[in-house]
Amino acid sequence: MRSRSQVLLWGAQRASAAVLAVCVLVHLVTIVYATRNGLSAAEILGRTRDSSLWLAFYLAFVAAVAVHAPIGLRALVSEATGWRGRTLDLCILFTGLLLAAWGVRAVWSVFA
Amino acid sequence: MSVLEVSVWRGGESGCFQCYEVPRLESQTVLDVVSHIQRRIDPTLAYRYACRVGMCGSCAMTVNGRARWTCRTHVAKVANGNRLDIAPLANLPVVRDLVTDMTEFFDKWQRARGCFRGDKTRRDEFARVPPESPQRKAVDEGIECIGCGVCYSACDVVSWNPDYLGPAALNRAWTLVNDVRDTDNRARLAAVAGDAGCHACHTHMNCTERCPKQLTPTGAISGLKKRVLVAALRGELD
Repeated sequence: MRSRSQVLLWGAQRASAAVLAVCVLVHLVTIVYATRNGLSAAEILGRTRDSSLWLAFYLAFVAAVAVHAPIGLRALVSEATGWRGRTLDLCILFTGLLLAAWGVRAVWSVFA
Repeated sequence: MSVLEVSVWRGGESGCFQCYEVPRLESQTVLDVVSHIQRRIDPTLAYRYACRVGMCGSCAMTVNGRARWTCRTHVAKVANGNRLDIAPLANLPVVRDLVTDMTEFFDKWQRARGCFRGDKTRRDEFARVPPESPQRKAVDEGIECIGCGVCYSACDVVSWNPDYLGPAALNRAWTLVNDVRDTDNRARLAAVAGDAGCHACHTHMNCTERCPKQLTPTGAISGLKKRVLVAALRGELD
């Protein structure tokens, strides 16, 4: 991978970290609100179904995770095992796509 | 007179610690201890020093597990009771005993384009750099590096990624990036970019914690990260 791409990956990880900081906070507040008010699964689904706002929020959350986690994993794997190069980058790309697919599937199941 | 029990690394990479007893004196430095062993007990002990006053950066060793400049480190400050463990710097190949091969350390300064390149000749006027300018202040914060290798030895990322340029080389690059007379910054930013450059730093701050000159290589690396990212976004890294 060219050094410019490596730098842009670093930038993407920092930017996604900023998004994650907000998303995790909102997500935690939502969980605390739901449990403290004794909302049932049906009541939660009643609020998330057909809500474009929740859909957009959790899609942004999933996108940030799918960008942030694989880039960090790439650095950790390479430092811990010495594995570097194209095969690692392809595996990391696959990990990101897998995380995105699982995340979108989960978000869609509470939206549709 | 009390006695210090000193374990000193002997041999190459596969050596072992050997114990010596050294008289404990007032205001004694770790370098004094090593010199006593070499001059009075075992003249075959290899170690490196020159100025003895914290200027040359040649006497750094690992003392009780931490990289330190030994000529300015008092035994009273670092001894564990009456015990001292003295080993060569980590992250560098051991030549023999307490002497490490610094070649890779200084080669990385070159790889980070740590040489000044200007476009003036001796017939031109002196460059005028206001002492209060932000660039000059940034240079001042990092320029006193003595090249002792303590930061490099203390750096976790160097131990995990041998290609990583390391704090000292990146600190040097940062002083040149802020040198308004230098003309090589585009190439320098490309040289310090990416997985083996400033972006590999995890900001553990071991280098800043251990630097005997109280420099902040972590701050220099942080500045490089931002400057390189801007260059990458502008397409200036290739």
